[in-house]
Amino acid sequence: MTSDTGYAIQARGLTRRFGDLVAVSNLDLDVPRAGIYGFLGPNGSGKSTTIRMLCGLLTPTEGSATVLGMDVTGNTSLLKPRIGYMTQKFSLYGDLTVRENLEFIADIYSYRSGRNARIAELLDDYDLDAQAKQLAGTMSGGQRQRLALASAVLHRPELLLLDEPTSAVDPRSRRDFWAKLFELSDAGTTILVSTHYMDEAERCHRLAILDRGVKVADGPPAELQQNTGMTIIEVLTDSPSRAQSLLTELPPVRSVTQLGVRLRVLVPSHIDAPLELVSAALRDSGFPAECKIVAASLEDVFVAVTRDDDASGRAA
Amino acid sequence: MNALIRLLAVMRKELRQLRRDRITFAMIVGIPIGQILLFGYAINTDVRNLTAAVADQANTHLSRQFISELRQTQVLHIGEPVSNPAQLEALLRSGKISVGVHIPHDFDRRVMDTRRPDAHLLVDGADPTILGVANQLVSMPIAFDTWPVSRTEERSLQVRPYYNPERRTAVNIVPGLIGVILTLTMMLFTAVAIVRERERGNLELLINTPVSTTQLMVGKVVPYIGIGLIQLALITGVGKLLFDVPIRGSIAELYIAAFAFIAANLALGLFISTVAKTQFQAMQVTFFILLPSILLSGFIFPFAGMPVFARYLGEVLPITHFIRLTRGIMLREASLAEMGSELLLLFAFTAIAMTAAVLRFSRRLD
Repeated sequence: MTSDTGYAIQARGLTRRFGDLVAVSNLDLDVPRAGIYGFLGPNGSGKSTTIRMLCGLLTPTEGSATVLGMDVTGNTSLLKPRIGYMTQKFSLYGDLTVRENLEFIADIYSYRSGRNARIAELLDDYDLDAQAKQLAGTMSGGQRQRLALASAVLHRPELLLLDEPTSAVDPRSRRDFWAKLFELSDAGTTILVSTHYMDEAERCHRLAILDRGVKVADGPPAELQQNTGMTIIEVLTDSPSRAQSLLTELPPVRSVTQLGVRLRVLVPSHIDAPLELVSAALRDSGFPAECKIVAASLEDVFVAVTRDDDASGRAA
Repeated sequence: MNALIRLLAVMRKELRQLRRDRITFAMIVGIPIGQILLFGYAINTDVRNLTAAVADQANTHLSRQFISELRQTQVLHIGEPVSNPAQLEALLRSGKISVGVHIPHDFDRRVMDTRRPDAHLLVDGADPTILGVANQLVSMPIAFDTWPVSRTEERSLQVRPYYNPERRTAVNIVPGLIGVILTLTMMLFTAVAIVRERERGNLELLINTPVSTTQLMVGKVVPYIGIGLIQLALITGVGKLLFDVPIRGSIAELYIAAFAFIAANLALGLFISTVAKTQFQAMQVTFFILLPSILLSGFIFPFAGMPVFARYLGEVLPITHFIRLTRGIMLREASLAEMGSELLLLFAFTAIAMTAAVLRFSRRLD
């Protein structure tokens, strides 16, 4: 049943259209087993559509995908018991208690003798003991998200597909959530998680950046940061907004982002002496500024690879 | 074995959700009791006290005696006398009376002359029920005290009302009302069932689990069969207690008929649920089916009086067959064996609707 390729997910030319809109375009994916693979992209970049195609909820318009060695365009009934899926919107029953929800999921996945022990274990693991008898609909965002993850992993799936699992929770809950994901990953579960948070993307073992349905970068985060194809210049100045306007007009500059009193200026690597170029431009216009070359952050990677034909990237 | 566990899981989930849904829970008990109280008392085809006026232009001993007899029938409630037929027509047009009685000058002579009518009834014929009642009045005998025998002896046919000798409407209405109430509640419960899960996002999770479409559908339907049977007990109980509606046939057979009928409505509701995109649409479709269920099923209007196409339409509705079964079992002491085809049609309807629902249900979102 399982493929010998060592990949949990492989996709070739995966495309999904909704009428005229191309939600996902010609996507190739190789997701290795037992790691955390991230989908980074803004809303509408095709993350959810891709995940739904991978678990068999949406039929690809073109292309093919193999999940755990099985073709997702065919009958996926044998695949379902082996994957866990956490929807973007909370999809358990708000009018059932935490325990009742878990019991329902356990029965659906045909847990028998070990059912109650498994539920007790999950309630403990996911810090839901106190809420066991609470209606799921009355819980906080963080609690609901823990319940959703607990029910997605209840049947110990080989592959977890998480669609923006942390979009509705506070930073503390996000950190705890990621600790859980690493535990699961260490235990051998392959995890595919979509996010629009840079800090979460940075935690993934591998990362694909999606922009308007197209994969624009793919690799381990550190590798992506090293190979941005950009020189990053940090500028410290007294009048950052005016300096930003000036630098944005400078032809080779790809983008200028303000971070407090600092500016991050992206210049393509093929430009010679970028530091001199930027500091000369500032000096000529009478801005006293301190410039230095720094390492790329994941955000710089994101800015570098996403298209900016609507100019919003340059003005930001 | 796994299939059974999954089926039971879906059923248990439905019951738990139902228990917490107070409004739905109240509807299960409230709709049957409320409707039977309302319709049991309100629907009455035995019309009495129609507003009427008399223009007595004869004003003889015989005409006054005739008016007094009209009063005694209690069919007409006769108000202030008027002087001529034109005034009767004005009252009719204004809606102040439903029936006008015109007694001409030569009333006494007309009574003896069989070729001419004795008097005239002016009737608001727009309502067929009132017209029917007026027709009953036509056969009322008029005779001089001195005549030896009354003309009623000349009748060639006599009616012997079987099964409901007192002609109480409730006896006919209640068995049909069971059908109407069950159609409304059962179809509505399942019509919104799948749509609600889709709207709340539960379905996206469910179709990604190993639960099969059949397990999901059957699991959603079965708990409501029990609820439908509870409603049947409530309606027949109140019917017996307040309206003295009998169950002359076998109670077990009545429940078997109801079981088949409830299943048919639940399956139809599920099918609606797979077609409708929102709960609102599901409700609209439900009411679209409910109205013909009331009007074309023989519940209020006799089936035989309808044009052929309407009868075919009525035959497609489960309630038509169920009303025949309940009236047969409850009133005529008929057995299911005598009406086996009606029961089989209900089961066939269930099988077709359920299959259609399972086939229409998509396990994908596209």
